[in-house]
Amino acid sequence: MQAQEDLVPVAVLEPPSVLRWRTMLAVPIAAAFALGLHLFVAKNEAPLETHSYRLLFLEVIGVSIVLALLRRFSPGLRRWMANMWPIFTAAILTLCLWDVVTLGFRLLPLPYFPGPAAVLRSLINDRLLLLDSTWHSLALLVSGYTLGVIAGLISGICIGWSNPVRYWGMPILKVVGPIPATAWIPLALVISPSAIVSSAVLIALAVWFPVTMLTASGISNTRASYLDVARTLGAGRAYLIFRVAIPAALPNIFIGLFMGLGASFLTLVVAESVGVKSGLGWYVSWAQGWAEYGKVFAALIIMAAFFSTIMTLLFKVRDRVLVWQKGVIKW
Amino acid sequence: MVALAEGEASSLAVREVKKTFAAPDDPLARRQVLDGISFSIAAGELVSLVGPSGCGKSTLLRLIAGLDAADSGDLLIGSDPITGPNAQRGLVFQDPNLFPWLTVRRNIQAGLVARGVLREKKHEVDEFMRLVGLDAFANVYPHHLSGGMAQRAALARALINHPKILLLDEPLGALDAFTRMRMQDEVLRIWQARRTTMLLVTHDIDEAIYMSDRIMIMTPRPGRIERTIPVDLARPRQRDSADFLRLRSDILNYLHFAGGA
Repeated sequence: MQAQEDLVPVAVLEPPSVLRWRTMLAVPIAAAFALGLHLFVAKNEAPLETHSYRLLFLEVIGVSIVLALLRRFSPGLRRWMANMWPIFTAAILTLCLWDVVTLGFRLLPLPYFPGPAAVLRSLINDRLLLLDSTWHSLALLVSGYTLGVIAGLISGICIGWSNPVRYWGMPILKVVGPIPATAWIPLALVISPSAIVSSAVLIALAVWFPVTMLTASGISNTRASYLDVARTLGAGRAYLIFRVAIPAALPNIFIGLFMGLGASFLTLVVAESVGVKSGLGWYVSWAQGWAEYGKVFAALIIMAAFFSTIMTLLFKVRDRVLVWQKGVIKW
Repeated sequence: MVALAEGEASSLAVREVKKTFAAPDDPLARRQVLDGISFSIAAGELVSLVGPSGCGKSTLLRLIAGLDAADSGDLLIGSDPITGPNAQRGLVFQDPNLFPWLTVRRNIQAGLVARGVLREKKHEVDEFMRLVGLDAFANVYPHHLSGGMAQRAALARALINHPKILLLDEPLGALDAFTRMRMQDEVLRIWQARRTTMLLVTHDIDEAIYMSDRIMIMTPRPGRIERTIPVDLARPRQRDSADFLRLRSDILNYLHFAGGA
């Protein structure tokens, strides 16, 4: 049996590890340009105000030169630099543009649109409170999301598998599900003694709907022939549900998990700015109340990093769990 | 009644089986798919069922597998009536239907897991992977396999429960001509090694003659078994021998006649 001959080769496309000089030098040159530009536009500012911003670019120049020297020793590093440097360069140039528009020509009204240097200063000065807020947001998000995912998986599996549950459950899902979780806030604040608990429940509700919907559709669309095969192999109901229908539904379930994650971010921020007295959403509205827009932008930057990290984590989990789908899906 | 020991091949008896389905165009009308099917297969026999598409071959196989219930008539394995699907009757479809989320090894041992006997029978998994020549691909996911390899894995998965009868629903229908001929020898080798009773549904006359002890010819609307032809050729068979070709033209003539047109 020449089984090897039958094996379909799967092409793996690796980015080339060639790092061109112009790519390598783009980051330090852009950083030097940004620094020079900033020194020019901020010449009337107090030097202490923009100290950390200048330091930032000096660090970028330093680190990028060190990496350029180290590149010989690691093809992985070269590949990473070849891949990431254009993006970093674009980010630095975006900062330049922001600097010019705000500090340089003062095109945007103050105090709503501070320059990048002022935002960086707020970020550094207020780091302890920001860290604390991030921690509170994380705790609330994780508890609400976990609760919603567990509830959504259970109801989704029941609705997808059992016809009677589908008959009675679908109308509830269709009527209650589409109401945005944030619309329940006034009610939730009255019912629950604790704003934290009611916010967690609201986040869970926001997550529950898409997870239930997608899980139910994934389970009920399990290929009948997989179930038939499993039955002729001697499978009982537990095997059919947990080892056939659920794995078959996993790609759908992950779509639900991603949709739920997006909904949970929204609900988290709204709930924090309305009811809960902690977290990044609260920080933003608090800073806005004091007209400290540098802090508002700082919190937005933290949020962007925070949310995209969590999103990336979920992508990593998906890649791990759905490794069997490699080459089948792209999203 | 004493249940047969595991691994022992078993006879199959089908008596006056009828089956209707709701007509797709008119929900009130019933369409007769099987009209009084009767036949029996001895333990260890390899019998083919040929006929034009839509004659109810797959429906009949699903009844024997226990996936659907007949409207009337009896289906017996040995002397036990068939009441539902179980591990005694293995089924292999044209599409291998490997679970894409399991590696080849985990697909093949699925039957042991489903019956909760993986711990005792783990050693057999390697044996069956060797039987179908997939031992080097134990940890590969199905989307990496070619059609022939996937179908071999599906065969091993069906065989691991030592079914008393193996039902093959055009298992080689989707393969190219070369792979197909190789796989026919493969199935015959497994059959000779294990002496499992096999019922092979196919629309390929050559395949039926090459492989089976008997050929049952089925005609459509309503599905009936019109004729059973014994294949008394010595094994291994030559696809171009005079007897082979004569039998082939007999069956083709008969089908043309039976098809009516």
